[in-house]
Amino acid sequence: MTTGEANKPRAGGIGRSIRLSSWSSRLAVVLLLVLLVALGTQAVQAPGQFLSQLLIGITNGSIIALIALGYTLVYGIIELINFAHGDNFMIGSFVGLTVLSGTFLGLGFFAPITGDAGTAIKILGVIFALVVAMTACGFLGMGIERIAYKPLRNSPRLAVLITAIGMSFILQNVGIIWKGPAQVPFPDLISNANVFGGNVVFRWKDLFVVSLTIPLLLALSYFIRSTKQGKAMRAVAQDKEAASMVGINVNRTISITFLLGGILAGASGVMFGLFNGTTVFNVGFIQGLYAFTAAVLGGIGNLAGAVVGGILIGIIAAMSDQYIGVRWTEIMIFSVLILVLVFRPTGLLGDRSAVQGGGEERG
Amino acid sequence: MVRKYALPVVLIAIAATFPFWGPVVEDVTGVGLFYPVIVISVYILLALGLNIVIGFAGLLDLGFVAFYAMGAYVMGWLASSHFSQVSFSLGTTTQSLSGDPLPGIHLSFWLIIIIAMAFSALCGIIIGFPTLRLRGDYLAIVTLGFGEIIPRFFLNGDNLAGFNLTNGAIGIKAIDSPGIPFATDPAWQRFGTLDLNPWYYTILALVLITVFVNVRLQNSKLGRAWVSVREDETAAAAMGINPVTTKLWAYALGAMFGGMAGAFYGAFIKNIFPTSFSFNISILILCMVILGGMGNIYGVILGAIVLQGVNFALLPQIRTWVNQIGEATGNATLASIDVARYNFFLFGIILVVMMLLRPEGIIPNRQRQEELHDDDPTTGDSMGGPARV
Repeated sequence: MTTGEANKPRAGGIGRSIRLSSWSSRLAVVLLLVLLVALGTQAVQAPGQFLSQLLIGITNGSIIALIALGYTLVYGIIELINFAHGDNFMIGSFVGLTVLSGTFLGLGFFAPITGDAGTAIKILGVIFALVVAMTACGFLGMGIERIAYKPLRNSPRLAVLITAIGMSFILQNVGIIWKGPAQVPFPDLISNANVFGGNVVFRWKDLFVVSLTIPLLLALSYFIRSTKQGKAMRAVAQDKEAASMVGINVNRTISITFLLGGILAGASGVMFGLFNGTTVFNVGFIQGLYAFTAAVLGGIGNLAGAVVGGILIGIIAAMSDQYIGVRWTEIMIFSVLILVLVFRPTGLLGDRSAVQGGGEERG
Repeated sequence: MVRKYALPVVLIAIAATFPFWGPVVEDVTGVGLFYPVIVISVYILLALGLNIVIGFAGLLDLGFVAFYAMGAYVMGWLASSHFSQVSFSLGTTTQSLSGDPLPGIHLSFWLIIIIAMAFSALCGIIIGFPTLRLRGDYLAIVTLGFGEIIPRFFLNGDNLAGFNLTNGAIGIKAIDSPGIPFATDPAWQRFGTLDLNPWYYTILALVLITVFVNVRLQNSKLGRAWVSVREDETAAAAMGINPVTTKLWAYALGAMFGGMAGAFYGAFIKNIFPTSFSFNISILILCMVILGGMGNIYGVILGAIVLQGVNFALLPQIRTWVNQIGEATGNATLASIDVARYNFFLFGIILVVMMLLRPEGIIPNRQRQEELHDDDPTTGDSMGGPARV
């Protein structure tokens, strides 16, 4: 809850807004019900497959949720769509890959960790790659903020948006120069074997992603809720002037927000690579777009919303892959985004500020 | 009076005489100019269209490429043999070699331009309508979503319940050339690929029409309504301006020029692929508008020329330089590097540096500039208002 606004009492929940709504909202609800019924029939007909898709959706969704948190943290605090965040995620996966390959700038440090290595080396390698990628992406996020966003603190917000897009292009090209324009394979470190057995597919890979995401989320939640710096972040998100008046270092707080977002992006970058087995220089764009969609879906600026949105997007993508067709998945996701914003412009868990002038009247 | 019209007249004269001085420049510098100039002009059209939405009405649109794609596909559908199930020709100068009726729909280029404009404007209204409740960044995301959906729809539209609407990734090929049926000169009767003069004069005419409409719009009742809605929607509504129709007009007019550019481009390059309408194009156009100076017509045109000029002239030049340096120093990577692949790298740096140095664009709109320097955080939206610090 970066902004703290989600804690304010809302004028009724979703149920009340439906009762008060127009025919178009009712149409949306009917459409949603039809979809749910269709999915329900599928679930009854082939429960194993349905459950597998649901689990795949949750796994993919948790990777998206980690990226979405970076968007939502930054948006909550300086109201900037940080377009470079998705590319930070891509750089994270590249850093992880470089660490696992054991060579950097032509210097070999240790033998590349591949699928043939021993279990202990594999685990150590993954942890090392995660730590390095998280650190690198955290500092990259901070550096981008320092170079491209901080000098524009008092400029029109569009100017900052454009520098964010510029930084995104720069990072993408760094990716091309680093690893080339083609897909880069990741070492196959985590087993594809099924955890439970039976016809429900839940692989060790999925378990790896989920079991790494949950501690990260808990740590972030603890940081924001209970530490002094987290309180400072919430204060800055609500009112920068008042926060600086009571002695909070606003610039440092913003830097730390970018650091946190970068750390999460780095972790999800490595996870994405290990999970999918490949990465490519422009993976950050589309994953970043999904993540932003997730953040908006959940109500941007709201941490719980980002997680809920991320997992929802993951599930929608998985269901659409299975029952509609892979090629229509992206269209489905963006259609969901548009429908949500049209009928509930603040997202699922958001507050009303989005329709009241983009936040100017807050605080 | 003289001061007001001197600059436009000089610029139009320079543009209109380009086919006379252009070849001379080509001979001297050894650089082909006609093709880049026509493509730059297409981007000028696009930038002017987006300028209506962003510069005049203050609605951030990150999916403008959708209208460009729609215009191009309308041209593809109505002026090619794509729909081979039917055979219908109207006013076209295209004929089959055997004299048999051509398969597919073949309408006159001039008619299709108008249809494409109407279609895009309609789509602009359809897209604009549900998003009117949103502001600022949320609006940007919805338009971004549309800008992603439309090209993907074109990419996947080769099997819509068995119907091949867009031919998928192969795209629509062999689009008819425009032509003037009653012209005596064969180059004008059917625009060819050797003589680009007819193409140039067509796009010049389209640009001039667009500029004229933009200039007239800027000071019209609608233009002033846009400014007032941009500045303070509540106050504008209180003064009797309907924000809904005002914004819809902005969407429709902006989309209309986007569709016009797309239709011309489709006929000019003759083959359209869904991959040519990616998010990067939206951003490129957005950057033209912002680099040149939002809301300023000269600035927007200049922005389009500068950015596409960088693409067409500077990047190949840099490539030559880098390769020469590589050859001189014996570095094999530098000698063979393809700089064009990294054009978005340079582009990103230009964007960042430009925004850090001149966030209001090369030629800022005077009125907007004053708004941007307005320190009162209660006015302005996500576009113009200062960042909250």
